[in-house]
Amino acid sequence: MKKLLTRHETYVFLAIVVFSIIITSINPSFFTIENLFDLLKSYSLMGTFAIGMLFVLISGGIDISFTATATITGYVVAVLLLKYGEGLNILSVFLIAGGIGILLGLFNAVIIYFFKIPSIITTIATLNIYYGILTVVSKGKWLYGFPTWFGDFNNIRVFTLYTADGNPYGLSIITVIWFALILIGWFILRYTILGRSIYAMGGNPASAQRAGFNLLGLNLFVYSFMGLMAGIGSVIQALLVQTVAPNSLVGKEMDVIAAVVLGGASLTGGTGTMLGTILGVTLIAIMGNGLTLMHVSSLWYKVIIGFVILVSVGVSAYRSKRSTRKHIITEVN
Amino acid sequence: MAEPFLALRKVSKHYAGVTALDKVDFDIQKGEIHCLAGENGSGKSTIIKIISETVKADPGSVIEIKGHAVHGNKAIDAINKGIQVIYQDPSLFPNLTVAENIALGGFVASHRKLINWKELRRGAEKAMARIDVRLPLDAIVREISIADQQLVAICRALTRDVELLIMDEPTASLTKKEVDSLLAVVTDMKSKGIATMFVSHKLNEILQIADRVSVIRDGKMVGTYPGSELNDEKLTILMTGKKVEYQRFVAGKNGNNPILECQWLSRRGEYKDINFKLFPGEILGITGLLGSGRTELALSLFGISQPDTGEILFNGKPVNIRSIQDAMRLGIAYVPEDRLTQGLVNNQSVGKNIIVTTLDSLVNRFKLLDQGKVTDSIQRWIKDLTIKIPSVESPVQTLSGGNQQRVVLAKWIATQPRVLILDGPTIGIDVAAKFDIHKIIRELAEKGIAIILISEEIPEVYNNCNRVLVMHKGCILGEYDTRQATQEDIQNHVNGAY
Ligand SMILES: Nc1ncnc2c1ncn2[C@@H]1O[C@H](COP(=O)(O)OP(=O)(O)OP(=O)(O)O)[C@@H](O)[C@H]1O
Ligand SMILES: [Mg+2]
Repeated sequence: MKKLLTRHETYVFLAIVVFSIIITSINPSFFTIENLFDLLKSYSLMGTFAIGMLFVLISGGIDISFTATATITGYVVAVLLLKYGEGLNILSVFLIAGGIGILLGLFNAVIIYFFKIPSIITTIATLNIYYGILTVVSKGKWLYGFPTWFGDFNNIRVFTLYTADGNPYGLSIITVIWFALILIGWFILRYTILGRSIYAMGGNPASAQRAGFNLLGLNLFVYSFMGLMAGIGSVIQALLVQTVAPNSLVGKEMDVIAAVVLGGASLTGGTGTMLGTILGVTLIAIMGNGLTLMHVSSLWYKVIIGFVILVSVGVSAYRSKRSTRKHIITEVN
Repeated sequence: MAEPFLALRKVSKHYAGVTALDKVDFDIQKGEIHCLAGENGSGKSTIIKIISETVKADPGSVIEIKGHAVHGNKAIDAINKGIQVIYQDPSLFPNLTVAENIALGGFVASHRKLINWKELRRGAEKAMARIDVRLPLDAIVREISIADQQLVAICRALTRDVELLIMDEPTASLTKKEVDSLLAVVTDMKSKGIATMFVSHKLNEILQIADRVSVIRDGKMVGTYPGSELNDEKLTILMTGKKVEYQRFVAGKNGNNPILECQWLSRRGEYKDINFKLFPGEILGITGLLGSGRTELALSLFGISQPDTGEILFNGKPVNIRSIQDAMRLGIAYVPEDRLTQGLVNNQSVGKNIIVTTLDSLVNRFKLLDQGKVTDSIQRWIKDLTIKIPSVESPVQTLSGGNQQRVVLAKWIATQPRVLILDGPTIGIDVAAKFDIHKIIRELAEKGIAIILISEEIPEVYNNCNRVLVMHKGCILGEYDTRQATQEDIQNHVNGAY
């Protein structure tokens, strides 16, 4: 019990409960299974990006460029779909997007590692490069009219229920993909040497070097994993809206970083959990959705998210300050 | 002589503007205990970093392990050759648990892919059993004490197949009991054929365990001597090139009004019924073993924790010191025991680190920083504390450990406080520099500053203080006037209690 109270996740969970109660009391349609499935589907995109971001933050870095990466992979996939639509299937689409995402991530890692440029600066630069090149090439054109199988995949449900007036709803295949990625990410972080090494490097890179960890390898993995999640995310986005617009993702990086930080990952590296990240994404999803259901202008959304992040980061900074203070005092015992 | 396990031939290392090592020859036999002694900044840690292949020696240097030249430049190469290092700073992962810190490295080096948490915990327990310590396996390393962190680093080194264990000042923050069990481990490993290279500023430890002692001065090897042929005095002369003599100091106290007085001060589980008076211009010593409550008491005087009962009088008036800011406003400064992790901005220059606490006094009449004053102030402290640096612009992290400590001292002494609390001010500082630091402390006292000197080393408090308080289990056991009592009296009292 005491342990539960010291965990960041507990507080995020409590915040989710409080928000849910408030929203439901104003608009009961919030707390329905239908809305839940709907939320799970539409926030799979942010959730997928957040998995990649969690890895990068734990390693002690940050990646701003993933939205540009996703824009490129999404665009390539869209062009291919329009050209060779019937010859492709969902797996090959994911593989192509993921592969390109990995390459772009590797490029980030190489620059960060070999030129020792802070990751935030590197990825702001590559964001502009990737996005700039794509804008030039695509001339900002929207792509749509994908093959029917691509639209059908989006409608697959693992099981289906019906509303009172006969509308079908259920657990979408897209949510299942997101859940699978969560499981993989959780397993890597918890049960592989690789995952633990990422925590170690984020905690103290100098110690990691001295202990014989392969820092280059770890960096390559972390940023290419982020690239992979960006690639997969871009396909999810294309599935969800059946359109690829070059300007639809760039600008959303802060929402994702916010969700992960809200979930307890620190910008200084070394901390963060998969559970926390899921809760962080959930909290942001509930607030976004709840504000709509409560008929609050969407313009307020950013303001409120900003406050929630301030409170969250402030509280955890305060708690860690208290614990080091206690630590100074107990030093000699 | 048999072929050595490790041999360095003409090893040099230059950093921009500094010769850290100059054509050093050095060898370690299988299973021997080899101590390395030298002043702060003489190049001891640099030798270690070269052996562990975390730093590359200059071209032309030859390093041989078991007769084979090595060219590797990754730490993992040295680890795989059986070399384990415990660094001056513990080099742990503050965000991970004790168990992971101890055992994770072994998993990485053996190219395993998956973690077996049970096995990891067992490995950690086994390593702890070897030096007979018990630490909570699931505690986060950031939250345990520095001494415990040091133990974690030692345990970690023991999880692997070691042929050479290198320890860079491992005992600086350990209790006597822990030091004893560590030295016992070293002797035990020797019987198993494991060599140890040991760096320490505590000459008595060196003399106690060393088979051979190598002495290094200003990056040059002075020589290697059998441990049995050395004593304190000889070793000091070899290290410093001169004879250092201790002189007693008795400060006059100014006036009859105490600047600081504690009355029946208690804090549960930390210290109890503390009564003492501190006069301007005197040096009051507090000694006692680690855990005697001496540091807790100091923390309360500095506003980091509050006493439960009792009263603190400052200049005769009761005060409530609720925060560090309160303490600083009264003119109380505290130099903490654990200076390597507290109180330095590592990637900032030495100069900036020294002046951060005194920025207010270095402004001109437009309230802007007066660069002339800033430079003067920095130069003065670097000279007074003989801080050895290539330039004031060097980032603190490139200094040797002992020199980093001097920077922190400078930073606090520069605030010109009215009461200065020094907690173990010479831990990890070489003999000659200790002497310099004591001189500075005495000069401060002569200027009328009241000083509390907390130290485990009896000679240090005895030679510098007018009065010495002996603490044990949170209580003051006795007060000695150093003009009457002898060092042995105090030593016996401390040991008796222990
Ligand atoms: N990265 C670096 N850049 C520049 N100079 C350095 C660097 N690392 C060490 N030095 C310099 O090399 C010299 C030797 O340092 P070293 O750390 O080996 O000393 P040490 O003998 O271990 O001292 P101590 O007893 O204080 O730990 C010092 O003058 C130090 O300032
Ligand atoms: Mg050193």
